[in-house]
Formats: sequence, C-alpha cells, structure tokens
Amino acid sequence: MRKFKGRIVTPGTCTAEALVSHGGLNTLASFQKALQFGDKTATCGDQNNPDLYGKQMLGKALCLPQTIGSTTGGLVLYCACAMKRQPACMLFSNHIDSLAAAGAILADVWVEDVTMPVVDCLGDEFLDYVKDGMKITIEEDGTVVVE
Amino acid sequence: MQLTLEQQQILDGAKGETMAKVMKTLVMYGDAFGAEKMVPVTSEYNHLVTSFGLKMMTPVFDLMDQLIKAGAVSGQKFSVDPRPVDKNVPANFLQKLIFNKFMYSTQESYEKQLKELGLMNDDAFTCACYMDEVGNKPKKGEVLSWAESSAVVYANSVLGARCNRNSGIMDLMGSIVGYVPYFGLLTDEGRKATWVIRVETTKKPEAQLLGSAIGMKVMEDVPYVVGLDKWLGTELDDAACTYLKDFGAATASNGAVGLYHIDNLTPEAVELGHSLIVEGAKEYVIDDAELQRVQDSYPMIWKNADAKPKLCFVGCPHMSLQQLKDWTDNVEAGLKASGLSKVAIPTVFTASKPVLREFEKTPYAERLKKTGVITSYICPLMYMNNPLCAKMPVITSSNKLRTYTTARYYTDEQILAQITKGGK
Repeated sequence: MRKFKGRIVTPGTCTAEALVSHGGLNTLASFQKALQFGDKTATCGDQNNPDLYGKQMLGKALCLPQTIGSTTGGLVLYCACAMKRQPACMLFSNHIDSLAAAGAILADVWVEDVTMPVVDCLGDEFLDYVKDGMKITIEEDGTVVVE
Repeated sequence: MQLTLEQQQILDGAKGETMAKVMKTLVMYGDAFGAEKMVPVTSEYNHLVTSFGLKMMTPVFDLMDQLIKAGAVSGQKFSVDPRPVDKNVPANFLQKLIFNKFMYSTQESYEKQLKELGLMNDDAFTCACYMDEVGNKPKKGEVLSWAESSAVVYANSVLGARCNRNSGIMDLMGSIVGYVPYFGLLTDEGRKATWVIRVETTKKPEAQLLGSAIGMKVMEDVPYVVGLDKWLGTELDDAACTYLKDFGAATASNGAVGLYHIDNLTPEAVELGHSLIVEGAKEYVIDDAELQRVQDSYPMIWKNADAKPKLCFVGCPHMSLQQLKDWTDNVEAGLKASGLSKVAIPTVFTASKPVLREFEKTPYAERLKKTGVITSYICPLMYMNNPLCAKMPVITSSNKLRTYTTARYYTDEQILAQITKGGK
C-alpha cells in the first residue's frame, strides 16, 4: 500500500478500482462511441490508446498523465457526467490540462447529482506504481491511497 | 484569484443565479491553473467548437437552454465548427437514416439555440474561421475565449492572438461574462518554448506528418521549430499559412499543442527569436526516417487492410481557396497522366461556405467538377462518427481525421495517386 498526495481540482471522496493509461487520454476518442450509442459501461473507443482501448471506464478510478486531443474534450466529459457514464474519479500524475479541468469543473458546477472527484499533481511515481485493478481510495484532503 | 468589484458582484449573484454560476465556472477554471486575475476578452468575435446537434449532447442543449432563459447569452457574435451533414456527400439509405433520425436529429433546434446565443450568420460554420472569406480573424495580442483545437493553435501561432485551449462550453462562458482567467497561453511566460524541434529533412516535410510527430512528442508543451523556414520561407504568405493550418491541426489533435513558434516565420518568433526558448529546453530532431517511422506507427484499424477505399476526404481542417485551386490543378494533372477522366474513388473536398462561394466564382470550380470531386461544407469527422460510415474504408490526408475516426491517413501525394490512379 502506498499513499500519494495530490491537489484537489474538484472535491470528493471515493473508493474504486484503478484503470491506468500511461499515455494521454483522448477524451473525445475515448468516450464518443459510448455516449453516442448507449454504451452504459463507457467502453473506451480510442484505438490509439492500447492501455484503455476496449476497457470499461464507468465507475473506475481513471489514472492518467493528462488528457489530449479535441477541445470538445471538456464538454464530452461534462456529458459523460450528466449522463452518469463517468469514471468514479480521475487521478492525474501531471498538472491537469485545460480540457479535463473544464469538463470536471463544468460537471461540478452544473450537474447537481453527480460527483467525480479529481486530483492532479500526483507525480510520475504514482503512475509507475498504480496498476489496473488496484484499489484506490481518495481521502478528503486529496491523499490517494493505492493498495 | 483577485476579482474586480464587478466580477465579484457577478459571482455573488448581482446579475442572477445563472450568471453567478458562469462566473463560478470561470473562477474555478482559473484557480485550477493558478490564475491571479481575469482579463477582458478583446477579440471582435468568438469561435465555438460545438456545431452539431448530436443526441449525446443533450446535457449541453439543456445547459444552453438554461443560459438563454436567464439571458446569459454571448457578448460577442461567434462562428462555430462545421455542420455535420450535407446532402452532397455520398451516403447510402441506411447511413442517411442514422444521420437524420438517430445522430443529428436535433441539428435544427440546436442551430436555433446558436442563433439565440449569438451566431455570426448562417454561413459561420467552419473550423477555419480565420480565413479572410469567413471574417473571424483576430489580431495579434487580442485575448480570445475560443475553442476548436485547430483554430486555437492557428490563432495563437500564426496570428499571434492569445487563447488557451479552452474546451467547448468553457469557450461560451468566457464570451458571456466577457472575461477569461489569465493563465497559460495568455501570459508571456506561458508562450515560451520548452522544446526545440530541429527539422532536418531532405525535402519539404508533409505538414500533417510533421505536426503529428511534434504533437505526439511534446504533447501540450510549446515547441520552437527550427529549420522549417528553409521550406516555407520567411513570409506568412498564403502557402505558408495553409501549410501551418494543416501542421497545427495535427500538432493539436495528435498531441495537445496550443501554440508553436516557427523560427523566422511566425510573428512572435520573428519578434523575439530564440529568446522564446527556455533554458534547458528539450530537443527533438526530425529527419526523413523519423517522419516515416511516425507514419508507419499509425495503427491499422480497417478489418481488411487491402480493402479498396470507398471514399476520400481532403479538408480537415477546412481547405483554403488556394488549396482548392492547387488540388484542382493536381487532380487534373494526375488524371491526365493516368488516362482517366474522373477520380477513381469518390472524393470530397471540404471548405467553409464563404470559401466555396469564392471558389465557385473562379474557373477552377467547373474544372474540379469535371474531375468528379465533390465539394462540401461538412465536417468529415462528424460524417465518420456514423457507425456505418466508420465501417467503410475511407482515406484522408488529415491526421486529425485519422486520430478521431477509422479513416486511414495518407500523405497528399499518396492521396492524389490513389484518387487519380485508383490505387494502382
């Protein structure tokens, strides 16, 4: 078990199973199919992301360096939250990027019944350590417990 | 964040609950990046990324309804990304059914929302809004609240405007309150390059491949590109701007680049030169072999790698007038060389309506029509989102389209060879 201290972007606590992307998450490419065609488990559709492609993102603790790609990314993430197809939380090893931040903040301010805690600045070591299937717990102060 | 009295009053609800939420969104956005203040949006027009009445976007339509009802509309007129459907673009019965009944069934009502929120005009649907024919071309130093990755990177890099890589909806929020948080690419510090890219190719590098290589390497960092002026010259003429349009779109979609500098060419590089490069900047050398390696690394996602292409898209981002003319010359010459009169693969060239209107005034339009190439204002990406279209073997010279869809990427030269010689 290890603990990593990050910075809270949007608040909340949760416990979920880790899903790890070592490359940037292309939000549009990842969520598009799931949102458009009723895939309630939010299967990742990004063919360029070998870590996530074909895996369920719904309810997972999504661990990643940052998001990349189209500037629809934030609104796609917002829609995923509003449609309740979002990850349980998002954990960034790097500083959060502007698109992911927009999506998380839009959901936090404008979607009333959904919580998706987001913590960033967890460091490269976090992403090196965490593996698919590990248990992740986010504590109130932004500490992330990986076991 | 230090807010002015007016900004604080809006946040406290002086202009209503909805405006307060808009301001709260922007303040949280700024806080996430350590912004110390908000600055006024100074461009004449905004540009939004969300142009499509896609069913999955119902939460966005609901949010926009909320804004309209509260009178929280854009303080600026805006252009928006291309429309998703055009009857000129080939589609079979089932594909059309999915487009019209399942995917973009809310297009009409969404466009009504856009008009209420501040759409410039009915023709302001393009990702290349900065073309002279469209008229949304910000000036150097102006602060924008734009989204659309290819437009943002162009505005920052080629025009010298200042804009972060805002997301859809966040673009509109800045335009509604008239302020954006001051961080990242809005600041002098944030516009400095943390990568030096050395272009050492033996011929002019393919714009969309070079952009892809750089995007995948630097991700969201700012690259300073040395050696490209050898191929593009030192003037931002039409050819250079067109090249940079396609190059930038690839950097932004294959990575997350919001600004690049080209030595001796782009405005800030001309003005500030190598002082834009931070100490300890990383270096990436790109030669012919590296570009080939990048192209070879793209995953093959067609079920049958040898399938005969059924459709070809050129123009993501939308083509310029000169690009349409050049492609007309090239397609004609290619067909002549192979003894064909029409393109061997159904081919669609996409550009904004205002650019297409200007193109129609030239003799090139009739010549292109004779080759069988179709012109359209569509967004090829939105077309490819149709699962039945996604199953088709579609080829493109757009690295952005490759990234987001099942379209297979080829260089301009390879595309030309395929459409004029049938892939022989």
